[in-house]
Amino acid sequence: MKIHEYQAKQLMAARGIPVPLGRVAVTVDDAVAAVRPLIEESGNPVVVLKSQIHAGGRGKGTFIEHPDIRGVTVITDGIQGGPEAAEERVRDLASKMLGSTLVTIQTGKEGKVVNRLYLEQGIDIDRELYLAVLLDRAVGRNIVMASTEGGMDIERVADETPERILREEVDPAIGFADFQANGLSHQLGLRGDAAANFAPFVKSLVTTAGELDTDLIEINPLVVTTGGMVMALDGKMGFDDNALYRHPDVAAMRDESEEDPTEIAARDAGLNYIKLDGTIGCLVNGAGLAMATMDTIKHVGGEPANFLDVGGGAAADQVATGFQIITSDPNVKGIFVNIFGGIMRCDVIATGIVEAVERVGLKVPLVVRLEGTNVELGKQILRESGLDLVAADNLRDGAEKILELTQ
Amino acid sequence: MSILVDKSTRVLVQGLGKTGQFHTDKAIAYGTQIVAGVHPSRADTVLHFEGETDHSGVSGREDLYSVDLQVFATVKEAVAATGANASAVYVPPPFAADAIMEAAAAGLDLVVAITEGIPVADMIRAKRYLSDKKTRLIGPNCPGVITPGECKIGIMPGYIHKRGRVGVISRSGTLTYEAVHQLTLLGLGQTTAVGIGGDPVNGTNFVDILRMFEDDPETEGVVLIGEIGGTAEEEAAEFVASTMTKPVAGFIAGTSAPAGKRMGHAGAIVSGGRGTATAKIEAMTAAGIVVATTPSEMGEAMLRALG
Repeated sequence: MKIHEYQAKQLMAARGIPVPLGRVAVTVDDAVAAVRPLIEESGNPVVVLKSQIHAGGRGKGTFIEHPDIRGVTVITDGIQGGPEAAEERVRDLASKMLGSTLVTIQTGKEGKVVNRLYLEQGIDIDRELYLAVLLDRAVGRNIVMASTEGGMDIERVADETPERILREEVDPAIGFADFQANGLSHQLGLRGDAAANFAPFVKSLVTTAGELDTDLIEINPLVVTTGGMVMALDGKMGFDDNALYRHPDVAAMRDESEEDPTEIAARDAGLNYIKLDGTIGCLVNGAGLAMATMDTIKHVGGEPANFLDVGGGAAADQVATGFQIITSDPNVKGIFVNIFGGIMRCDVIATGIVEAVERVGLKVPLVVRLEGTNVELGKQILRESGLDLVAADNLRDGAEKILELTQ
Repeated sequence: MSILVDKSTRVLVQGLGKTGQFHTDKAIAYGTQIVAGVHPSRADTVLHFEGETDHSGVSGREDLYSVDLQVFATVKEAVAATGANASAVYVPPPFAADAIMEAAAAGLDLVVAITEGIPVADMIRAKRYLSDKKTRLIGPNCPGVITPGECKIGIMPGYIHKRGRVGVISRSGTLTYEAVHQLTLLGLGQTTAVGIGGDPVNGTNFVDILRMFEDDPETEGVVLIGEIGGTAEEEAAEFVASTMTKPVAGFIAGTSAPAGKRMGHAGAIVSGGRGTATAKIEAMTAAGIVVATTPSEMGEAMLRALG
């Protein structure tokens, strides 16, 4: 699960990690009202207006409706004109940004609608660094990744100048040791106050990652202020979905407007569904087989409409829900059910299909391929149901049959 | 021979809820030596399993089986009483990592964790705990391990397997069945089929299993099934190129998967241009692995690789 920047900063601030002062706004008036207290509290007449969407590259991104406005804007009007001038500028910008569609390198060309803004104090920056805590799958541990190249696309830095990426492993039994924090700080070229402030910052960040079950905390940039403070100027957090049950406060931060509504409905039913652009719906058990089914549909010349893994322990009504979700996509011209039952029994799948068709009807061709645990029982249930379906012998056969029926 | 499990493997089952019981029953029917159960709230009870023998694996047995399984509170007690040396873990996700550590503490040789949905942080700790133990962990979030005709630990349908000369190793459960089924239909039996699981942090990787298959005299070739995310397939390809003398065939799932989306498995995600199917297929092909274009051709790819 992902959260917004302002939420990540709230979680960090609550754990003593320095972040700039800021206020979230969902209306233009909220945004304007936030300006004066922010300027007074921070003592800095500069404020920054930041679009809140679940995608990076906001600073360079622009709005479809307002190509001249960027996703993040530094507002300096307050230096000359006082808070009133800053308020005026925020009113103008916020009214154009809220409800408009921001396109960044990560959103795709369709962009994302901005429903929330974050107004933040201006910071006098001395240096920009990169800092992240993330899983290193090869070692099965979290690592701290740091770089002097803050504010850049870190994947590019890793490709072009890998020597500028520093890594330190986190021992789950020990945590992040002082010598590791001090070593990183020195390698990043930090001295004096900045060095003294960096070590506790990175240690708190590692602790936060452990306490909150994050799969990623990325701070890009991490800034050293002209006063030697170390601060998270941006903040991105992702969470391990399997551990969300331990963090109801984090789970409550979910912004469903950032997600596809059918994907939400699927998740609520315990299904793994991802909507795609094609015309052939697929219902499969197991993530690997679901991917392979999509691959095969594509290979024979079709386009999959979705990824749907009904999982290992699905009940008949979950299968029925999955079926409903697929048929609710108007692009779907045919459905391919591909089941190789291990933990999932073929009779359960068959019952689910029959229930689903009874519930929502069947307006498109259906190809079913069943194999595995209780396969004969499953086939019998389908036969006796009298459903109008085409049986397939194997994966490729099924993909070819559904393609033929939808053309 | 085979790897990891054979007819001498004595298996205990951790977590005997509905799912655990269902698959324990299937394993017994297949001929696996299930010797004990561990389930704290059902301790000191006996679970009864009976039904029709699955003759697809071990032949020469009676047509009906009837087994009483003693349930213990702890793995340690179960091992002391029964001499179990392997475990199947069906414990629910919040408690599964603890169950894995308990099995390692009791000195089991092998722990096969079937449970899906274990928090990554729990697995990081469990992996650290296992690092100085002799226990090998397979999984979690995997179908298990089977040596056809000898021992089945996990949730795979037994009847699709046949004893033979091909090793199978996979990150995906159902794709393993797909591969095994094709091999069997082509007359290629299996030495052992191993699902290493779809989670980002697991106990055993491709290279560990490839090394075992390389050292197993009965195994003549290996099918390796990977998917998008991580670099395990690239590491496997490197190992195949540098060390393997036996032919390897493979398949990578997720050629059509969009970037940035987690495809069901917690570990199956292309992020920041890394972990793509294309990169993996290239690495495998360069290492001399015969890569199937579609999942329907995994068996044929093995046939071609065997020559």
